Amino acid sequence: MPRETMDREIRDLKDEIVLLGSMVEKNIADAMVSLKNRDVQLAREVLHRDQQVNQKRFDIETATLLVIATQQPMAHDLRLLAAILEVAGELERIGDYAKGNAKITTLLENDVLEAPILELEAMSDKAGSMMHRSVQAFVKEDEYTARALPEEDNLVDDMYKSIYRQLVECMIRKPATIDHTNYLMWAAHNLERTADRVSNICERIIFVVTGELTEVASNDDEMS
Amino acid sequence: MINLDTVKPVTTAAIETRGLDIFYGSFRAVKGVDLVVERQKITAIIGPSGCGKSTVLRTFNRMNDFIKSARVSGEVLFRGTNLYDEKVDPVEVRRLIGMVFQKPNPFPKSIYENIAWGARINGFHGNSDDLVERTLRQAALWDEVKDHLHKSAMDLSGGQQQRLCLARALAVEPEIILMDEPCSALDPIATLKIEDLMRELSQEYTIIIVTHNMQQAARASDRTAFFTMDTDRAGIMVELGETSQIFTNPRDKRTEDYITGRFG
Repeated sequence: MPRETMDREIRDLKDEIVLLGSMVEKNIADAMVSLKNRDVQLAREVLHRDQQVNQKRFDIETATLLVIATQQPMAHDLRLLAAILEVAGELERIGDYAKGNAKITTLLENDVLEAPILELEAMSDKAGSMMHRSVQAFVKEDEYTARALPEEDNLVDDMYKSIYRQLVECMIRKPATIDHTNYLMWAAHNLERTADRVSNICERIIFVVTGELTEVASNDDEMS
Repeated sequence: MINLDTVKPVTTAAIETRGLDIFYGSFRAVKGVDLVVERQKITAIIGPSGCGKSTVLRTFNRMNDFIKSARVSGEVLFRGTNLYDEKVDPVEVRRLIGMVFQKPNPFPKSIYENIAWGARINGFHGNSDDLVERTLRQAALWDEVKDHLHKSAMDLSGGQQQRLCLARALAVEPEIILMDEPCSALDPIATLKIEDLMRELSQEYTIIIVTHNMQQAARASDRTAFFTMDTDRAGIMVELGETSQIFTNPRDKRTEDYITGRFG
């Protein structure tokens, strides 16, 4: 194995992806807790930690470009490094959705929530778990999981539709709540998009393993 | 004798081997190569040292004839004719299938004579001035040498000498140009100039290049053939495909191991 340096650098980059994934996962969970408990302090922490997420993504990008420039990777190595750039970007965007939800906590202030908060929490858990497993699958280059995971997006979509319906009903019933109900629609939308981006990560795993760029089952449309 | 000039191409391949085995004495250096080289494309042959890539390249214009112990079996088809048919004139083969070597090897003559002399002994009766200018332009050397065409070719830089050798090969109007590690003695700038030139020439000619430099094969060729050594140390062709496919998603693990630097 004469490519020890490059292999070590690639391993380090995979570790960094796991780290970035865990930072984002924590932000998803804490943003939800802040929303549920109306914990503005926690929400502010998430907003602050999102800057670290952004920085981590840039660090991974820089380090990956350095490996490409200095090691001239080919074939599987090249596909993996290209995928690392892409996955780091997807995780950073998922982090932005968590930040969005933390921001919603700060906007809601002390309004009494008229929301299916338990369903929202279940949706957040589901999206966070999907993201976690996609990062694991990426590191292990697990094509099977990469093909199976996007199917779960349908569950998230169903949850989204249910929450959406309940929030619309709430708006009709109590027009005074439109402001904060609208914020909660955004929160649910952010979680729905989180699961969509998991499918993008899965596409990259399949690319690393097979060399094929293919769209996975999940529908990535904004308003699906 | 078969006059290769009058034989019309019968396939889309510029040259093709079928079941090619090459022996040095009793040692089989290359075995079972079925290589189709497409017309007006740049085909790179890559592989570890000793895998027979230069040996195969030299087979295309019968340069192996100069090695006494070398023997070829199978077919090398050019314009539908087996180049190893006893009725084929090897001199004619080398005119139609020119070669540029690893180390630039201009004649110890003037720049002008390097081109005009070679063409004349190959039966050229036209205007030598025009020929020299045309081929030097084709080889992207004209602007650098036009004011001292009668100076010795040996005074040129390595990169210029290599382009002169290319111009010399072009002067006899070949169909295929073989290049055996043409840039290994050149600096990076001279190397890129040759690669740009290859790209331009491929609009008119078929180019086959043997290179140790994988980045060069990836950058400069349309198709890539990967050779390796079999367990009996004979060279074999593992995989031939579009260069973009070979370097991003090779089909054979041996190709993957070689191009990712894990073997060879």
